[in-house]
Amino acid sequence: MQRSPYPYWFVLPAAVVFVTLFLVPTVASLWFSLTRWDLYTASFIGLDNFRQFFSEQNLTLGLGNTVIYAVLTSATKTVCGLLLAVLLTSGIWGQSFLRTVVFFPVLVSTIGVGITFTVLMHPTKGLFNVGLAAIGLHGPGWLTDASLALYSVALVDLWKGVGLATLIYIAGLAAISPDYYEAARIDGATRVQQFWRVTVPLVQPATVTVITLSLIGGLRSFDLIWAMTKGGPGFSSDVLASVIYKQYQAGFYGLSTAGNVILFALIATIILPLTWWFNRKEVDL
Amino acid sequence: MTRRQYWTGIIATVLALVIFVVPFVFIAFTAVKDKAQASHLDFTWPLQFLFWQNLVDVVSTRNYMLLLAYFNSSIITVGAVAMLILFGAMVGYVLQRRQSRWNKVIFGCVLAGLIIPPAVVPTIWVMQGLGLFKTIWGMVFIQVAYGLAFSVLLYRSFIATIPRDLDEAARIDGARPLQIFLRVILPLLKPVTVTLIVVQSIAIFNDFTNPLYYLPGKENVTVQLTLFNFQSQFSTQFNLLFMNILLVTIPPLIVFIFFNRQIVAGMTAGAVKG
Repeated sequence: MQRSPYPYWFVLPAAVVFVTLFLVPTVASLWFSLTRWDLYTASFIGLDNFRQFFSEQNLTLGLGNTVIYAVLTSATKTVCGLLLAVLLTSGIWGQSFLRTVVFFPVLVSTIGVGITFTVLMHPTKGLFNVGLAAIGLHGPGWLTDASLALYSVALVDLWKGVGLATLIYIAGLAAISPDYYEAARIDGATRVQQFWRVTVPLVQPATVTVITLSLIGGLRSFDLIWAMTKGGPGFSSDVLASVIYKQYQAGFYGLSTAGNVILFALIATIILPLTWWFNRKEVDL
Repeated sequence: MTRRQYWTGIIATVLALVIFVVPFVFIAFTAVKDKAQASHLDFTWPLQFLFWQNLVDVVSTRNYMLLLAYFNSSIITVGAVAMLILFGAMVGYVLQRRQSRWNKVIFGCVLAGLIIPPAVVPTIWVMQGLGLFKTIWGMVFIQVAYGLAFSVLLYRSFIATIPRDLDEAARIDGARPLQIFLRVILPLLKPVTVTLIVVQSIAIFNDFTNPLYYLPGKENVTVQLTLFNFQSQFSTQFNLLFMNILLVTIPPLIVFIFFNRQIVAGMTAGAVKG
């Protein structure tokens, strides 16, 4: 038998790194989440870690916040990204400059952005509230008000991430043949009708990418929240990823790993049905 | 350009300047102010331009910690990106050229790598067992493990556009598999390789979470961790804190200026085909 010119050992270096540092820990996490664990000895305690996760108020709060944060950032990035992309492909003055400016925050360090906006959102001295005071409004405590902190961080996430959504939508819009718009115009469709009847349905592959990417990113997000509020005030802006880190710092390794398993399950239960639904819709088109 | 396009553009530019540019100007202004003026946290013209002095102060803080951080971050970035390129291209090549049931397994792994959040503490446990925890090399391998899925996907779709005849011709000339890959295929992958280098280096250079978990210790600091730690160290010296932010923002800005096109290509890969 002749040997293939594409030998399987080409996969080996990648496989060794991926299996040892990603797959093995992932599989091991299923076991360790059922234990009380100090990295050296693990004692089996059944589902106690999960029970604790769903009964302690600050931990359940983190679970709810994760979903709110992910859905909110994903939805706003999708809507703003599409509108910006339509605007930035319509041939307006300064178009290429605007594309650059909107996209640049994507590349900047999240920690740097977090610290900057923490200062800008300072309750008395920050530019946000100074600006609002200048037009006679009394600004809220963006990051100090427990009922608002999570939404303020989500707003900064939108600021930082909308450029990527816009970029993906611009690529998606470029793939739509101008013939469709011409046909719609001849039939007398207004701009708004063209947007809803031509742009939105035909840009769907880009929408799927934007929603999927931003949902996964939103569910896993940690560094922006950690740089801005550390989950505070209290536990009001904690998400799963920050709970996992806090439990790890406190030495509750089993509980922290259970958090990881829950995060994985959450992502799977949201992303898999969504992907399946999107695929089915694509066939309908 | 119609009047309407002209005026919409003017309004959009003004809004973009306020929303997207002001924060960066704020960083630059605060970074060159003196300590007293910076502590007001306001958006004003700097009374003094202390660029050089603030720069020296930040760099020399805690016994030149920032220089060590840049050194560590550079090693991690270069090492990880080099492996991501080579390993990713090899997997993408075999995955695209050879059809067998193993392909499903590899695809499953790629999907898992894209979706599953890494299990942090078990990873530390594995790394401790291998003596990789708290080492620069351990960090390099972690970045490789987490970045592979994206590299493989990008390479696989690009290799599909390279005709098999080229591999055949090289094989008939007596080249062995590794030679075909290194001498014939890899050079042809240059456009994707440049895109991957740019996108992955920015991601790894900006990474905060993974060094926080896997690379603790004073001698192991990375750029993002230093910035995070200086937040408490400089709580009364906002000019130095923002000088540090400025220094961290400059590398991606430079990369962005030179490789704009490649970044766009990498970020939108797969967006159109779905």
